[in-house]
Amino acid sequence: MSNKHFICLGIESSCDETACAVVRDGKEVLANLVSSQTDLHSIYGGVVPEIACRAHEEVIIPMIDRALEQSGLALSDITAAAVTNTPGLIGALLVGISAAKAVSFVYNIPLIGINHIYSHLYAANLHFDAVEYPAIGFVISGGHTSLFYSTSPTEHKLIGATQDDAAGEAFDKAAKIMKLPYPGGPAIEKTALTGNPKAVRFPRSLLKNGSLDFSFSGIKTAVLYHCKGMNGALEGPDVYKESREDLAASFQEAVVDTLAAKLEMAVRRYNPKGIIIGGGVAANKRLREKINLLGSRLALKVYIPPIALCTDNAAVTAGLAYHYWRENKMADMSLDAVPLNMDVSLG
Amino acid sequence: MIIKSNSVKETVTAGAELAKRLKPGMLVALTGIFGAGKTYFIKGIAKGLGVKNWQRSVTSPSFVLMNIHQGREIRLYHIDVHRLDKGSDFYGLGAEDALGDGVVAVEWAEKIKFRRKPDVTVEIRHKSAGKRVIEISGMKSQCLKKSAK
Repeated sequence: MSNKHFICLGIESSCDETACAVVRDGKEVLANLVSSQTDLHSIYGGVVPEIACRAHEEVIIPMIDRALEQSGLALSDITAAAVTNTPGLIGALLVGISAAKAVSFVYNIPLIGINHIYSHLYAANLHFDAVEYPAIGFVISGGHTSLFYSTSPTEHKLIGATQDDAAGEAFDKAAKIMKLPYPGGPAIEKTALTGNPKAVRFPRSLLKNGSLDFSFSGIKTAVLYHCKGMNGALEGPDVYKESREDLAASFQEAVVDTLAAKLEMAVRRYNPKGIIIGGGVAANKRLREKINLLGSRLALKVYIPPIALCTDNAAVTAGLAYHYWRENKMADMSLDAVPLNMDVSLG
Repeated sequence: MIIKSNSVKETVTAGAELAKRLKPGMLVALTGIFGAGKTYFIKGIAKGLGVKNWQRSVTSPSFVLMNIHQGREIRLYHIDVHRLDKGSDFYGLGAEDALGDGVVAVEWAEKIKFRRKPDVTVEIRHKSAGKRVIEISGMKSQCLKKSAK
């Protein structure tokens, strides 16, 4: 089997999640595990800490074992090891890279370095039969809000990005101001269900000169002022008169409007065949609805993957690696962690 | 010293002015609530340190916790501990190693018990719409005042 197929072990540890997956030929997901959703206590025997880089070290080997177990394969069946090496938290990235290098070295198989943001855009390729290019790729997550002109699974040109906060971060911070739980995205979406999105008109920051960049710090300040007053402290009393449902709905509408407006600008400027969405914020139903509407209005294919492939996972890492392998773009033992996305320096 | 900022641009300028006085190994602790302009102040530090494309490359590290930027001579470690629950995680980021070869700027510094005193503290407060008060302590205020006008 391993002679005919490209069976890739994928490792993703760029931020909070330690994720491992096994994917065949860039398409068929044989195993896809994410540490926060996997019961590791039985094998690790303790509490899994959430954030420290140490957490990745503690769970990475059990995660690889579990992923292989789920796929019914052994390490000797694997054709290549793929790992996120950029962007992310340096210590966290290094844990995944070291594990992938070890597998590559011991089994003498190719090592492939993957850009985490590009891998988010690959989720569409795992879910849909065929993705048509060129497309506008849109990664919307806790750490990124980036627009790309994508011509293949491996070719993406950055055309717009946030200048301050990411969209997911805006949700988290607004939720905190509204005293909703973390993570803020799902909490605000749920609260917004019964709210009036027109109750409060929060700013839609579109920046100047037709820029495709984003800025979400203004709406964060607007929510703070609206909820706590101009000199208000976070712990201080609430001064808003609407219901929290109305507030959540109005905030969500403003962020979703901004995202959809920039996406439409990008589409009109680049005239693509389709729209590819990735990243955890793509789980938001109101956003999905708006983007689907945009797609049908402009007669474009819209590729929004299921939620499990939108949030951080390693199936997209292992899947995308297939294309680098076919293009003969392999890494070697000098593969290093690059904390910042190199793309931004080109913009 | 106290600087009044009337815009995001002025906040960036204040950060850039401070950057001229920063040396490798210095720890800058920033405090101030949402939307105060901590990230924009650090954009200014990056600008002052000569980080290329600082306008776009310096963004909030709330989610990823730490970003590293190469300045002309000095490296900038931009850390945001808003998401961390306890101070010990801060050292889990490798921030202590960072202090050896660059400037470390930490947002939401009030959440951390530092093992050593920050060299500079920057507190940013909302005053009214668009206006902020930036209080910088730890640097010799005289030399800051001159350059910040």
